[in-house]
Amino acid sequence: MVEKLVITGNEGSALAFKQIEPDVVAAYPITPQTELMHNFARYIADGLIDTDLITVESEHSAMSACVGAASAGARVMTATSANGFALMWEILYIAASSRLPIVMAVVNRALSAPINIHCDHSDTMGGRDTGWIQFYAENTQEAYDLLITAVPIAEHPDVQLPVMVCYDGFIISHTNEVVEVLDDKTVKDFVGEYKPRINILDTDNPFTFGPLDFHDYYIEHKRQQVEGMKHAYNVIPEVFKKYEDVSGRRYEYFEKYRFDDADVVMVVLSSTAGTAKVVVDELRGEGLGVGLLKPRVFRPFPHDKLREALKDKKSIVVLDRSDSFGAFGGPLFTEIRSALYGIENPPEIIDFIYGLGGRNITKDELKTAFMKAVDIAEGAEVKNRVDYLGVRE
Amino acid sequence: MANLKELASRPERLIGGHRLCAGCGASILVRQVLLSIDKPMVLSNATGCLEVATTIFPYTSWAVPWMHNAFENAAATISGVETAYRHFKRQGKIDKDIVFVAFGGDGGTYDIGIQSLSGAIERGHRFLYVCYDNQAYMNTGIQRSGSTPYGAHTMTSPSGKVIPGKMQKRKDLTMIIAAHHLPYAAQVSPSHWRDLNKKVEKAISYDGPTFINALSSCNRGWRHKMEDTIEILRVAVDTCVWPLYEIEEGILRITYKPREKKPVEEWLKPQGRYKHLFTPKYEHLIGEIQKDVDQRWERLQKLEGCFVGEKDK
Repeated sequence: MVEKLVITGNEGSALAFKQIEPDVVAAYPITPQTELMHNFARYIADGLIDTDLITVESEHSAMSACVGAASAGARVMTATSANGFALMWEILYIAASSRLPIVMAVVNRALSAPINIHCDHSDTMGGRDTGWIQFYAENTQEAYDLLITAVPIAEHPDVQLPVMVCYDGFIISHTNEVVEVLDDKTVKDFVGEYKPRINILDTDNPFTFGPLDFHDYYIEHKRQQVEGMKHAYNVIPEVFKKYEDVSGRRYEYFEKYRFDDADVVMVVLSSTAGTAKVVVDELRGEGLGVGLLKPRVFRPFPHDKLREALKDKKSIVVLDRSDSFGAFGGPLFTEIRSALYGIENPPEIIDFIYGLGGRNITKDELKTAFMKAVDIAEGAEVKNRVDYLGVRE
Repeated sequence: MANLKELASRPERLIGGHRLCAGCGASILVRQVLLSIDKPMVLSNATGCLEVATTIFPYTSWAVPWMHNAFENAAATISGVETAYRHFKRQGKIDKDIVFVAFGGDGGTYDIGIQSLSGAIERGHRFLYVCYDNQAYMNTGIQRSGSTPYGAHTMTSPSGKVIPGKMQKRKDLTMIIAAHHLPYAAQVSPSHWRDLNKKVEKAISYDGPTFINALSSCNRGWRHKMEDTIEILRVAVDTCVWPLYEIEEGILRITYKPREKKPVEEWLKPQGRYKHLFTPKYEHLIGEIQKDVDQRWERLQKLEGCFVGEKDK
């Protein structure tokens, strides 16, 4: 049964948490994640679900307790933002390297300093090499859906990796939208029962978890972790397909919007893609052949699929909502550009860093970005390959 | 309470072949703690000598489920494990009683892990946290910690020409933990194994968080003969440098009072980390140390006096 609700991103995520009903959640308050946990704690307080919520004293302990509970064979979830994500950093690596299928909602927010509570992607982009699978949701519908799909992906025996589902702080987390939600049973059946291979509570079969691992084995274990991520690359579409069967909503590595016949393409993550679609429509109305590509999965990065999709375009404009100081372009740009390396007559590609600390992005600014790529497609010289949008300079 | 024969007949949980140094206090202490528990158990361990020397992949010295996460989070980690256990027990997926024990050194407990421990205790998880306190960061090569005593030489508080070792007093972690009003907190020393055994048995009987601070020597850092470990620890107790006491349901009791309190020189002298105190330039510090030990011991006894008769009420 499908129901339509008007809810915020945090309410939608809390609902996904409730319907998944993990065994253990350990979390710490941080804006703009807080309402997610308020709602979730309320479900527990009202006896609607039987999850144990550990209200830890820091995000470091949140992820540490998640690692402990997951090692005990529990299905475990958490949520955070920005500085809280940064405080988890050490344990993010340990969760992934210990192959623990923890699912986390990250409500994207700018990192300090200066302190700022609004959206950008500097938190999770900084964590792109922690070994977690990363999904980026455009809206509440996607955040809800991707959280549910994250569970069987993370727990797949060939994957065994944690997944973070990222959505934009305030823009999505605090904004009401119409969302189609599944009934509890459909979600329960979809995520199924978690059957861990080993667990630390099995006192009859004692295991040593987290041993010291030197140069004689460490690199092999890292190599196995890479295999897990490679397997995820195949498991993700399988799970997305199964989800389409129960929800009617189709998910792929990336969404294409008025893409196939476009000469000029914008690549952008998360909520900005919504605004960009409107801009695409308007520019199309002016006769310009523009389109959009919105990656949903950033790790594992779908480099071959993106190359195939983008190879015949004339120009590409990437929008990055985080900077990579000292690098040549933002994280999305460097990945896309690298994916296009080595093909014949690759499209020109430019990057705009935008929206840091929640700076609003307007249709006019997106048009400016598009028009620069249109000019380049028509033969204009690339002057500033990496530039800034909506910044007073 | 188990007698010596019973203790000796229990299976070893930390088995031989590990690579802790000869004369290390940690392995003696851990064996004493674990032999005191006659139930299935699950352990977590902060980063430190005990962790690195017992689990060099692909080998392990642990005959019971054991887990290492990171340095500062042994308590948060076990709180996650224990929560999962309670969850599964409530759902009828597990029926046995499991005892949860976390081990951390003084670095992992007094310093970097104090927040994680404080949080886990406040939340009321049922686990025993054992700090093996060898009074410095020994695993990384003997650096001063919040537990390193006044006047002790370490690599980051070296005794030099103008500074005689660590110039700050150690923090009183046992009392800090007791201030959480948890059901049971105690200090132990492996030199007094009977006292230790009794305290562990008491600790695990409580349905809540409990804490044991155990003095443990590191002969590499303390600079004493490796065969003298237990003797040095005994002297720590007999000089009242390391009093043995417990705080059970709020009531403090000193569990061992030396018939004759030994002078602090007997504790300092055999340890190379205090060698500089026995030179004319710095020998006046010994008096200061004695004064501090006396003061702490007197206060502890006064505190105990406050509770006389309390338990019978």
